[in-house]
Amino acid sequence: MSYARPQTLTEAIRLLAGSQIRLLAGGTDLYPATQSAALSGPILDLADIAELNGITPWNGGLRIGATTSWSTIAEAPLPPALRALQQAALQVGGRQIQNAGTIGGNLCNASPAADGVPPLLVLDARVELAGPLGRRDLPLAAFLTGPRRTARAPDEIVTAIFIPEQSLAGHSSFLKLGARAYLVISIAMVAARLTLAADGRIARAALAVGACGPVATRLAALEPALTGLTPAQAAQSITPETLSPPLAPIDDIRATAAYRLESAAELLRRALLDCAP
Amino acid sequence: MTRFILNGTPRHCDSPPTRRLSDVLREDLGLTGTKVGCDAGDCGACTVLIDGRATCACLTPAARAEGRHIQTVEAQTPELTRLRAAFLRHGAAQCGICTPGMLMAAAELIARNPAPTEAEAEAAIGGVLCRCTGYRKILAAICDATDAPAPSLPQGRATGQPIPRLDGAEKVAGDLFGADVLPENACVLKAIRSPHPHAAFTFGDLAAYAARPGIAAVFTAADIPGRNAFGVIPPFADQPALAESPARFRGEAVALVAFAPGHDPATDDFPITWQPLPALTDPDAALQAAHPLHPGRPDNILVQGLVRKGDSATAMDRAAHVVSAEITTAFVEHAYIEPEAGAAWLEGETLCIRACTQAPVMDRDETAAILALPPDRIRILPSAVGGGFGSKLDLSLQPLLGLAALRLRRPVRMVYSRAESMASTTKRHPARMRGRIGCDAQGIVTALEFDGTFDTGAYASWGPTVANRVPVHVTGPYHTPHVTAIARAVHTHNPVSGAFRGFGVPQAAIWQETAYDRLADRLGLDRLEFRLRNALRDGQSSATGQVLQATGIAPCLTALRPHWRRALAEASGQPGRGVGLASCWYGCGNTSLPNPSTIRIGITARGELVLHQGATDIGQGSNTVIAQIAADALGLPVGQIRLIGPDTALTPDAGKTSASRQTFVTGRAALAAGAELRAAILRRANASDAARLSLDGPLLAVTEGATRHEIALAGLPPDDMGYVLMAEASYDPPTAPLDENGQGRPYALYGYGAQMVELSVDPALGTVRLHRITAAHDLGLAINPLLATGQIEGGIAQGIGLALMEEYLPGRTENLHDYLIPTAGDVPPITSLLIEVPDPEGPFGAKGLGEHVLIPTAPAILNAIRHATGAEITQLPALPHRILAAMRAARP
Ligand SMILES: Cc1cc2nc3c(=O)[nH]c(=O)nc-3n(C[C@H](O)[C@H](O)[C@H](O)COP(=O)(O)OP(=O)(O)OC[C@H]3O[C@@H](n4cnc5c(N)ncnc54)[C@H](O)[C@@H]3O)c2cc1C
Ligand code: FES
Ligand code: FES
Repeated sequence: MSYARPQTLTEAIRLLAGSQIRLLAGGTDLYPATQSAALSGPILDLADIAELNGITPWNGGLRIGATTSWSTIAEAPLPPALRALQQAALQVGGRQIQNAGTIGGNLCNASPAADGVPPLLVLDARVELAGPLGRRDLPLAAFLTGPRRTARAPDEIVTAIFIPEQSLAGHSSFLKLGARAYLVISIAMVAARLTLAADGRIARAALAVGACGPVATRLAALEPALTGLTPAQAAQSITPETLSPPLAPIDDIRATAAYRLESAAELLRRALLDCAP
Repeated sequence: MTRFILNGTPRHCDSPPTRRLSDVLREDLGLTGTKVGCDAGDCGACTVLIDGRATCACLTPAARAEGRHIQTVEAQTPELTRLRAAFLRHGAAQCGICTPGMLMAAAELIARNPAPTEAEAEAAIGGVLCRCTGYRKILAAICDATDAPAPSLPQGRATGQPIPRLDGAEKVAGDLFGADVLPENACVLKAIRSPHPHAAFTFGDLAAYAARPGIAAVFTAADIPGRNAFGVIPPFADQPALAESPARFRGEAVALVAFAPGHDPATDDFPITWQPLPALTDPDAALQAAHPLHPGRPDNILVQGLVRKGDSATAMDRAAHVVSAEITTAFVEHAYIEPEAGAAWLEGETLCIRACTQAPVMDRDETAAILALPPDRIRILPSAVGGGFGSKLDLSLQPLLGLAALRLRRPVRMVYSRAESMASTTKRHPARMRGRIGCDAQGIVTALEFDGTFDTGAYASWGPTVANRVPVHVTGPYHTPHVTAIARAVHTHNPVSGAFRGFGVPQAAIWQETAYDRLADRLGLDRLEFRLRNALRDGQSSATGQVLQATGIAPCLTALRPHWRRALAEASGQPGRGVGLASCWYGCGNTSLPNPSTIRIGITARGELVLHQGATDIGQGSNTVIAQIAADALGLPVGQIRLIGPDTALTPDAGKTSASRQTFVTGRAALAAGAELRAAILRRANASDAARLSLDGPLLAVTEGATRHEIALAGLPPDDMGYVLMAEASYDPPTAPLDENGQGRPYALYGYGAQMVELSVDPALGTVRLHRITAAHDLGLAINPLLATGQIEGGIAQGIGLALMEEYLPGRTENLHDYLIPTAGDVPPITSLLIEVPDPEGPFGAKGLGEHVLIPTAPAILNAIRHATGAEITQLPALPHRILAAMRAARP
């Protein structure tokens, strides 16, 4: 069983090419998936690659390195448009998980209940990947192709999440619903980002819902109708019916599908009101 | 080679780079203070600081330690010193298994923020689960982390004093639990378990498998030398240590593999073929099934308990008001943070088994029968127990450890994984309960009819106890002249249901107390006043015809009354706010069966005062409470006592830690032993009971008025245990058997309580926010108020879980992220009112408390939800979607 901890991305990509090696970031998804005392098979640890870590300015927007931890995100001084992401960061597991778990791991693990996804969807975030053929970036919605499935090729590494300049506008809010206070897998969670005109009416709205379908969903069809409304009017217009489709929740041990739709609508209403600056 | 600074000292390790850091710390570096409860990030017991940041060591690759500062609970830092002192002062550690993780998570916080708010403390420990304390004392300790030392132990009377637990220093240092003592060169044991609820199986070539490198031996049912059937109630013993085909529940052990030290204990390719068989997983279907799981138990009925008093049918017909009620509850998992663990080895011809347990002598006798050994060839050395709550009364790994150690003639050890612990050990019985309660026009309850089916799973365990306890208690602590109550324990291919804090009584109380609220509403009576009107009073008789004394329920309800009025006033006119109330009573000790305890106290020639205390302290506090009682009975300061045990070679039998019996029964034995030793000393000095004793090294002084008599201990002949003065005494509570109608005197004494819950229900989401719980419990005498309030808070936390979130589904919630127990954010502030109605039978009047405290919480929450919203919950847990649906159904 081999273990590599390269210092550079180039080296990491070289090691990854054509191998069966698994990538390790915070390990908070990888370790719980095994009962053994160690991870099996070859492992490539991303921890030492400096360029993957940290939040930096990028083309007027922001670049969040893939191995940036949830605590770093929560503690960083970020514009109000990223408040939803910071609120999510404080609700991913407990503090121990936030200190270790990374935003890149959250996206690559691609759980339908990944809390990082809705806040990034409302920011029109893009995912950057690097592989032997160079770098590419694609919208987060295109990166997440299904439950536990992504568009990442086996020889690619997720290097960063880009937040475009125009997404830094407005205010955002994240709300998560579960059956207990901490360490809870979401029954449903939502993010909203609103840019308001001078008269307090919505100039642009972005809404996303997670845990209510195979992947978290941006409510693109619904958003334009909210333009010109006050946040309160916008909240009133959200009903479970307006969400189905695009949402397709299921019954499971945590809740029924119908309850998920209803609670998603209610959480969205509250998030819209919470976005007002 | 990985190099790092561990607790200030440079260390290195040479283990595989992705090995869990928790494993490296515990196994390679011998620092077992870091605990492992799940290996999945869910419990936080393994929390360490890496460069000052709290991290789960179970999710950290060893290689990541390179060049870092690692701090564990073994560290001596100013933050940890302050926190340890505060944890002791506040009684923040009960069993102590979560304590290292709590301390480390809190240390990260107070290093940044020395005076945190409660909300900050809560967020810091949100990722560490505790099943014992209900978190309130932990939060208080973190917010009060100063160096102030624990108050010194009283020189005079010890009972009634809130002294910190006598075994507290170990708890805040990282106590030694089942997995923490690793004999040299021990083989590691792994069980092969059924993946199906009911399945036939055949083994492949076991001899070839056993011959593989790294495998020391394989054992199956064929290797069991004695009777391959255990069970806590001997006449019902039916559970094999290793099953023969077919396996009767998912998680049942069918084979055992011993791995040589240093070999990966992976059992993936164990040669076994499973053939799933139709499984009875519904108790109603099991009652109709053609073939019972066990011969001689027709219709799969293990035991049917009955209490019949008066003529309930006629009384019901005549009642002015009758409510019918029906409610079901789920399997509930004990979810102690310590999965079963232990080790075994031979000392000469004595088989030593060191493991977590609540019942050392039962373990010894049952293991002896399975291994065909005389009991005196087995010595049980209970480890510190990281929570039990009833499940560690039954055997788990003891016979497996014993079998392998005996056959291999070398040390062995075994640690259950979280999934294994959850799948294979006992659960709270799911109940389907229905019936009616009637009262007259004045609101005096006249009749109760109850029928409950309790899913007892594949084997007997404590099913008979549940079936018998429920009908006795189902009236609640209320006078009910006409009763017909039936509870049947029914076998299915589900997990084995056993003992869990309350033996079925919490489920029955949910049914009865929610029905009482509806009855009070029918009458237009205040819900507390309705209960008070019916509360059992001294001289009244229970459903079993037992005339009661020292009934504490009316004083409990009366104590709640001002809080109740305040809470109702505050909630009135506030949409979504609700207040609920429920009571409990609970008989302490075994139901109509002997359950003696014996305590020994000795004084050595050097003047050491030694208490042989055989009651296992699973966090509830026997080590402290029994010592307090013994000290006062003897008349010496509690601080002079040195504790021995429990250990079947060193301590007389103090029975099992169950049925809220230790403070009462073992307490009475300690009282008697202390009094006997005192009498012997006084006789020597020719002094009266008014004399004062003092022990100063080898000098024992007896002072009465102006006379002082000195006994030179060194001059007295020691007995074969080395004591120059010694007393041993037993106590068995006086009970009488129940007749065919369940009439008799099942318990010598009862404890009482009532709790009030204030909450809000979110009108759109159905989620519940608890604001405050006020708990009044009559415990006769609070031997130790600090420990008593700790029991109350911990029981309430489990009641919250039972009401709002806990549901064990075999195969689906076998971990601590799908099986939810309350976190630090789920338990509201708790006000405890300790009520003392002394019972002449109890030691200094004391009654039991351990199980009582859980009983009222769930029904009080359901009653508050109904008060807030009208929602009547008929299926537990009351998850948000169920509450919302019930709210809709309640709307006209
Ligand atoms: C107790 C507990 C509670 C949790 N609670 C939550 C919660 O509330 N909400 C939530 O969303 N999640 C939760 N999680 C899941 C997990 O913590 C998060 O998803 C976290 O962000 C994962 O990041 P990681 O770095 O630890 O991932 P890792 O375990 O290191 O990796 C996860 C997966 O992603 C791959 N990967 C990681 N980084 C990259 C990369 N840069 N490029 C390509 N592939 C990569 C890995 O190969 C692996 O398959 C919880 C986990 C635990 C143990
Ligand atoms: S053992 Fe690490 S979190 Fe439970
Ligand atoms: S004291 Fe917290 S789990 Fe026992």
